[in-house]
Amino acid sequence: MATKIQPEQAQHPGGGGPGAARPARPWWLRPAIHTAILGAVLGYFIGHWLGNFLASGYQQVKEGDENNFAIVFGYLAATVGFLVGLGVFNDLLRQMAGRPMAAHEAEPPGLARYFRYTLDHKVVGIQYLVGMIIYFCTAGLFAMAIRTELLSPTYHVFSPSAYIEIVGEHGTMMMMLMSSVVLGPFGNYLVPIMIGSKRVAFPRIEALSFWLTPCAFLILLSSLLFGGFPFGWTGYAPLSIQATQGADSYAVAFGLMGISIILAGFNLICTIICYRAPGMRWSRLPMFVWSMFTTGFLMVLAAPVLVAGMYMMLTDRTAQTAFFVPDLGGSSYLYEDLFWFFGHPEVYILALPGFGIVSEIIPVFCRKPLFGYRVAAAGMFGVCILSFFVWQHHLFVSGINADMRPLFMLTTELISIPTGFIYLVALGTFWKARIRFTVPMLFALGMYFNFLIGGISGVMLSDVPADTTEHGSFFVMAHFHYTIMGGLIFAFMAGIYYWLPKMTGLKLNERLGKIQFWTMFIFFNSTFLPLFALGEMDMPRRVFEYARNLETLNDWVSISSFLLGGSILLFVINFVWSTVLARVREEGNPWRSRGLEWQIPSPPPPENFARIPVVLTGPYRYGFKDAGPVADLNPPVGVIGGAYARAGATGAEA
Amino acid sequence: MAAAAEPTAPSAGRAGPNHGLRIFLLWLPAALAADLVIWFIWGPHLPPGAMSNSAASQQFDLQVLAVMAAPVMLGVLIYAAYAMITWRARGDEEEDGPPIEGNTKVQLSWITISTVLVLFLAAFGTYELVVPAGAGAGEGPSPIWKPDGKPLVVQVIAQQWLFTYRYPQYGGMETAQLELPVGQPVQFNVTSLDVIHSFWAYQLGVKADANPQVNNVAYTTPGHTGQVTVRCAELCGLWHGAMFDYGQVVSVAAFQAWANHTEVAMTKITKTLPPYALTYTPNEIKGLANFFYQAGLPGAGGGYYGNQYYPNEP
Repeated sequence: MATKIQPEQAQHPGGGGPGAARPARPWWLRPAIHTAILGAVLGYFIGHWLGNFLASGYQQVKEGDENNFAIVFGYLAATVGFLVGLGVFNDLLRQMAGRPMAAHEAEPPGLARYFRYTLDHKVVGIQYLVGMIIYFCTAGLFAMAIRTELLSPTYHVFSPSAYIEIVGEHGTMMMMLMSSVVLGPFGNYLVPIMIGSKRVAFPRIEALSFWLTPCAFLILLSSLLFGGFPFGWTGYAPLSIQATQGADSYAVAFGLMGISIILAGFNLICTIICYRAPGMRWSRLPMFVWSMFTTGFLMVLAAPVLVAGMYMMLTDRTAQTAFFVPDLGGSSYLYEDLFWFFGHPEVYILALPGFGIVSEIIPVFCRKPLFGYRVAAAGMFGVCILSFFVWQHHLFVSGINADMRPLFMLTTELISIPTGFIYLVALGTFWKARIRFTVPMLFALGMYFNFLIGGISGVMLSDVPADTTEHGSFFVMAHFHYTIMGGLIFAFMAGIYYWLPKMTGLKLNERLGKIQFWTMFIFFNSTFLPLFALGEMDMPRRVFEYARNLETLNDWVSISSFLLGGSILLFVINFVWSTVLARVREEGNPWRSRGLEWQIPSPPPPENFARIPVVLTGPYRYGFKDAGPVADLNPPVGVIGGAYARAGATGAEA
Repeated sequence: MAAAAEPTAPSAGRAGPNHGLRIFLLWLPAALAADLVIWFIWGPHLPPGAMSNSAASQQFDLQVLAVMAAPVMLGVLIYAAYAMITWRARGDEEEDGPPIEGNTKVQLSWITISTVLVLFLAAFGTYELVVPAGAGAGEGPSPIWKPDGKPLVVQVIAQQWLFTYRYPQYGGMETAQLELPVGQPVQFNVTSLDVIHSFWAYQLGVKADANPQVNNVAYTTPGHTGQVTVRCAELCGLWHGAMFDYGQVVSVAAFQAWANHTEVAMTKITKTLPPYALTYTPNEIKGLANFFYQAGLPGAGGGYYGNQYYPNEP
């Protein structure tokens, strides 16, 4: 617990200290994106050569003359070279050599800092935000390509091989990169500010977690150069062992992203435990911080299983091990178990941040305290814990452990109880509220609507007999798009409209925002609602051919999906217009929020807080006549120690 | 997602209209109407139909789930719509709402109701899984839920990208089309020669993953004659989308006639096949794939990789 009194200087990220060396090099020699790219290219060639040298001719898959070893080593060495070029290891090496670390002062303002390995959590947050929007739009374009192909019941635009590549790229990019879509930008940027800290616990780990995402993104995309991978985002063996070299990029990219989310989650857990300001008791933690805390645990505990699975897949593909090859004593069930043991917590990694954002936003625009604060936190913990006990519901028809089905049916249905808490909290907060329909509030309400459909269809999938029809069909596809796109992405949009004024000090155009909400909400539902019916009418996932009588419905879905893409384009236009061209200042607290992050100027100063604040009340005390200020932002010298002592005595851990 | 809306309405005391009662009165007829429509009008047409006992059990489950889901969804939606209309801020109102931080009674009743609903669903689902012999889902090599009577055994062999069917009770003959008698329990032994596929006989309500080196057993009892669509429901590579065929459920006499005729006609070919086994090893794949290619049997792959392509060659 953070009850030890620390001198305030220790909150500067990066340390350094008095003897810190200040590198005085010309700009082109200082580590940044250009040196990183150079490192990546050099690394790739070195790794590729090494792979060929070590295992020349060891395995050449028929249709390409590339060696899997060379490709995997090339990717790994390129990643290491990228990070070396970025300067990730500079401080580490300096420390190992006994030399003082470089001084990490506040980055000079300007665009250049966003292309560096930086220790400022606010810069990392913006890097994540822009990165995630780019990844999301890229994967979204793949989705529209899929819908283009499905305009007709036979293949007409893409060849079957191109289609299967697109399906794989869309699914994998969305599922693996979007796992940080909220924790990356908002978690890293806002959690330290919300808990009254000047920094995160491990700024180097945080920055590393971001810089692994472009590596994973580019490696995943590069699979198209090798003919893609034909197994969707799940990568079931032995299809993934049989596949050509494109599968190597899938495994390397997914593994790297696994490492990235372990690091990101670990950093945030430690930050939340150790860096809360005096008076920021567990019972005063904003709901968003609770959601980041639980998501962090899911990431740290689930992703290692993914990394292990990807590692086994790579050794199966390169070194001829046989973890997943049944003919040689392996088991395809082993991969399914490993993958879904990660994969099911993963979908809650995608759901919990959404719950956190909407729970954070509704009290502000209902002008009421959050209804049942403890229930909301308990719901998040319940989801977090139960999500490790449900994974075999993905394998109800696989033939694995048939006698365990009643148990996994029960656990899957039980998880709807804590999820229901999130709705109890929302409905209770609406009771006799003063609801203001701002853009963030609209997106939050849209999230509740969509997730209701997604959640209820999830209960239908948990029932084994019903799942026998629905498994592997478009019904499942519609279900998880309702929870992830309709839940997480709507919440992400709510978060952007709510917090971007805080992060940039700029206002997003409200009228465009409302148009975007209504188009996105309508076309989202008109895209995905018919998919439930398609799934029930015998249309499996990931097919390019379907029954001719389903063509009308598929065309409707495709056209809606293009319009949905248009509404995302509206968002991009609004984002660029408001932050680059119009630049309307929005200072202070436009939402009249009581969140600690809104009590400081926008954008926050480099240090976040001039002095460590003393938190006085919880963040949701709306409507109380006698509600004092949220925090003392400028506590007199000496008070901090006293506040620590008092907070410790009255149970900071309550 | 559980529990209907009415318990969230705190006992509306004090002055002002009784919002809880109003919401309840809006919700009750809507929920009743929805449930009646689902049960009597929509329910009998829900997929996957009632061609077999497992399909019927799936249809019944969907019906029950929909009947339970509708009031819950309507409760949340009606409550939220009522709240958005009644309690929206008017004009530039600056006032805050009442400082209600929670209500133990409401919270406890919500938790109780959702727990009861969920436990009922789990018990119902288990009953519906066990009684119709696994409900048509693949039960693995040693099934624990079996139908009464001696089943007709049909082996489903999946490979990239077609299904074939072997009838061990008819000399181990192998056909490209699924043919079943009506009214008799069927045991599908589903296996794969290469990667994971999933045997989905839509109208029969049967879905079982085809895993290499695994015998995945699923049961059903067809109740009506008619056509059956068989699709692959697990991504299995390039031509996954084209991996489908059609089967028939015919009368017992017609099936006997077809089976006896086919068994005799196929005798020569059956001899060249590997002997019937629960799973097959890749060495036999070569012969099998070659055989299919030379016999000109339709494969979804359409010889995409040519005669020389043997998947998963070690």
